[in-house]
Amino acid sequence: MIISCNGRERHLQAGTTVTGLLAELQLNPQTVVVECNKTIIDPKEYDALVLPEDAQVELIRFVGGG
Amino acid sequence: MSELADVRSYNLMVVNGCPVSGDYVLHEGDEVWFLNKGRVDRDELEKLLYVRHTPGVQKKIAGAVVGVMGLGGLGTVVAGALARVGVGTLVLADFDIVDPTNLNRQHYFVDQIGMTKVAATAANIQRMNPYLHLVLHQQRLDERTIPLLFKDVDVLVECFDDPVMKAVGFRLALTQMKNMGYVGASGMAGFADNNLIVTKQHGPRIYLVGDFVSEAKPGQGLMAPRVGIAAHHQANQVLRILLGEDE
Repeated sequence: MIISCNGRERHLQAGTTVTGLLAELQLNPQTVVVECNKTIIDPKEYDALVLPEDAQVELIRFVGGG
Repeated sequence: MSELADVRSYNLMVVNGCPVSGDYVLHEGDEVWFLNKGRVDRDELEKLLYVRHTPGVQKKIAGAVVGVMGLGGLGTVVAGALARVGVGTLVLADFDIVDPTNLNRQHYFVDQIGMTKVAATAANIQRMNPYLHLVLHQQRLDERTIPLLFKDVDVLVECFDDPVMKAVGFRLALTQMKNMGYVGASGMAGFADNNLIVTKQHGPRIYLVGDFVSEAKPGQGLMAPRVGIAAHHQANQVLRILLGEDE
């Protein structure tokens, strides 16, 4: 299936969860804020939430330092 | 008459926030100050701290409340800039103490090593501007305590070092704490191009500052110049939000 991730088309296996997407992108789930179809996703839902077809996903990644 | 004599003894004239030399044609509504450089007039000091401001700015921010989460390279500089500009109340939080490795970028002094960061920052702000109200929280912040400790702020500034806490703060700003302004930061390590650091809007009164990629890691340290650029982006964005200039 196809989703949009930060404005770019991305092909995923059907049934991919938020956790699965972050793992594929090699991102630490704890340092990313995930928005799916304009809703901020609670990190507790990352394992269970299956991304729907055509999902508009925005990932905001934070790096250390301050 | 005595007032006129005082005016003649002054050696600095400031019109509408800017020093002026020689003669100057005044206009209706101009704000004019005659000062004697080097003399501290305790009765007038509070007003004099804001003589160089754009007129009207200080009145608008004197009643403002701004929270700063984390008092490191970003937080100490943000708090200092907001104190100098006269933001009326600052709510400052950090769990840590000042150590020697902080001094390459954080606004502390050698004689403050070992002090709590909140106490050292409060002492420094007192020396910059003694007329502000400071609320200090010497504790580690988390998802539960942030909304409680900062519920009354107009703008919350995220100055954490830890990227996990940066994400926590930003998520709260987009969900539970939508009623306030928020200015976070990510990516300011090393000495890459100044102008890669930007201020990006993520929602009504919600901003992130940084280049979003330069993380602190072995071989890429955090240093005063570039962290300071990001910190001052944050402080100016806070000012813009408070003045209603951010949309």
